[in-house]
Amino acid sequence: MAARWARPVCAFADGVPSSEGARGSRVRSAVASAPGVSGLLVAVLLSVLPAAGAGSADAERGKALYGQCKRCHQAGSGAGHRIGPHLNDVFGRPAGSLTDFEYSPAMKAAGSGGLVWNEATLEAFLADPRALVPRSRMSFAGMEGAGDRADLLAWLRVFSGAGSDLPPAEPTATPEEYGLDPRLLTIPGDPEYGAYLAGECTTCHRGDGAAEGIPSITGWPRDDFVLALQAYKRGKRVHPAMQLVAGRLSDEEIAALAAHFSRDEDQP
Amino acid sequence: MRQEERDMNQQGDRSGLSRRRFLGSAVAASTVLSAPAVLGKARPRAVVVGGGAGGATAARYIASDSKGAVDVTLVEPTRNYYSCFFSNLYIGGFRDFASIGHSYGALAARHGINVVHDWAVSVDRDHRSVGLAGGGSLSYDRLVLSPGIDFRPESVPGWDLTQQNRMPHAYKAGSQTQLLRAQIEAMPQGGVYCMVAPPNPFRCPPGPYERISMVAHVLKGANPTAKILIVDPKEKFSKQGLFEDGWQRHYPGMIERIGPEFGGDRVEVRPDSMEVVVDGEAMKVDVCNVIPAQQAGGIAALAGITNEGGWAPVVPHTMQSRADENIHVLGDASQQGDMPKSGFSANSQAKVCAMAVRGALTGSKVFPARFSNTCWSLIGTHDGVKVGASYEATDEKIAKTDGFISKTGESAELRKATYEESLGWYDAISEDMFG
Repeated sequence: MAARWARPVCAFADGVPSSEGARGSRVRSAVASAPGVSGLLVAVLLSVLPAAGAGSADAERGKALYGQCKRCHQAGSGAGHRIGPHLNDVFGRPAGSLTDFEYSPAMKAAGSGGLVWNEATLEAFLADPRALVPRSRMSFAGMEGAGDRADLLAWLRVFSGAGSDLPPAEPTATPEEYGLDPRLLTIPGDPEYGAYLAGECTTCHRGDGAAEGIPSITGWPRDDFVLALQAYKRGKRVHPAMQLVAGRLSDEEIAALAAHFSRDEDQP
Repeated sequence: MRQEERDMNQQGDRSGLSRRRFLGSAVAASTVLSAPAVLGKARPRAVVVGGGAGGATAARYIASDSKGAVDVTLVEPTRNYYSCFFSNLYIGGFRDFASIGHSYGALAARHGINVVHDWAVSVDRDHRSVGLAGGGSLSYDRLVLSPGIDFRPESVPGWDLTQQNRMPHAYKAGSQTQLLRAQIEAMPQGGVYCMVAPPNPFRCPPGPYERISMVAHVLKGANPTAKILIVDPKEKFSKQGLFEDGWQRHYPGMIERIGPEFGGDRVEVRPDSMEVVVDGEAMKVDVCNVIPAQQAGGIAALAGITNEGGWAPVVPHTMQSRADENIHVLGDASQQGDMPKSGFSANSQAKVCAMAVRGALTGSKVFPARFSNTCWSLIGTHDGVKVGASYEATDEKIAKTDGFISKTGESAELRKATYEESLGWYDAISEDMFG
């Protein structure tokens, strides 16, 4: 009997470099404290939280970490809902409770079930969003370091209960950030064409918006949708499948998809 | 707006529509009368044969996009569909069996599709009707065949369907998949699992090798001295570099592959004695997973639209049979060009087909065809890889335009993300097919 799988020849020679991922995970021992949470949630949280200790969280580091959130969220004076809800006064807010944001059914149900955002629940959500709220639309795998999470929460606290002293909200993705022509945002899209093109999306992205390993793409602001696809098309966002899909979409086709998937009713 | 609308105006003569026939006992209880869009006037009829990734998707999209203007019937013998995709993960213990099962309830209840649980056994192309094993028949204006694969007789000497319990193929998911897993779990310590791999072309090119990975994963835990033997008629296979790299990292010394240079293309099996004969040399094995050569599901040949290779050639722009413009063929059964035979491909083709069928029957807008495919494979725990490509319709074939593949040496974090992405994809395509 011979032949140990002789030839490591790859049947497919082509490829796109895939440098996605690579999230830094600097683990520190700083900590979040866990104020009173009731019932089942406590059991969940106890298994997630490190030992509680004195707050040594660093809000300035948290500000840098907040960069990961900025693509979808705004916080500060003038903040509005983008792909995700604004984060002003998030501490103390019941989950899924802002009436002018379209949450996933899962997030609304979690709020009705008693989930209130505080240091402990936010810490658990940041550690593993899908463990705390399965089928949430938040497309974030989780932040590994407990110290990082504590620092981020220290920064988010700045936007809760600070009245008019909030720093101004920073924008989510902008054309400039990706070096794109702002006129790309003004192309009208044909929703009927978008509905057909969407068939290519819904093989992987759930039509109902749940994000389970693959991000939700429903109900975004149109501009964010166009920018994300344009950024993939031009290689400014990295994911091989998305670069492949977006790479052959024309500007009009991207606008058509945005018209189909976005929550904005009006054409630009 | 770039919309080169293809004029596929084949609305033709609808005066010959027959009234819905009474089907007697062949019609399943789940049949739902969808809201008639045009009372007193027969709606154009689409009949879809086969409720897998191609057929379920096509039925759903024709029905939902036409908003009741097309009468859609789906013919599928099984009441619960078990997906071939992710059935390897069941074998590896990463999924339970129920999680790869789907019912047709939502297609009937939410989309008004007439779901008929029966076998299609004949196609009368002149009268545009499909005969059912239960005795009834269904007339159609457009027929969509998505019957998947059947095995080519005598492709592995010594094996035929009567031997599938001793030597399972497990290449149509369901009881065969459960049987193979049970046989692997019952292997004696230090035993041998043998796979007879299929020649090209076949369903799911990375499938056999993902299965090898999953079997190795199970044996590494429960039976670490067991051996895995692949008898393979092909010189190379999909994602070969990725699989071989993964096998060396996760399962060193466990897996051996005999390619055609050492007789992998000259194999015979003896189910009674559980022997595999490679190039004249007989070996005793404990589990023998025979994946025979394949061809289009039987109804395609019965319809008279297959070629000498056993596949049904199609027009890439619409997935219409090259032999009959009233019949579309999807997925594994079709011969379309560069797309691999996969659930993802079938789902992609079904959307193009659904648009073409709707355009022909209702005059709705038809946009240019576009296709894509991505195949994820799991090599070990949290070690996922993928290959994907986009395609366009040319007059000759569906032609590949661009592609990507995972690399060896990727970080564990990226491989885990790729695996989690595959979970998200399974969830999404299931919703897209059956939701």
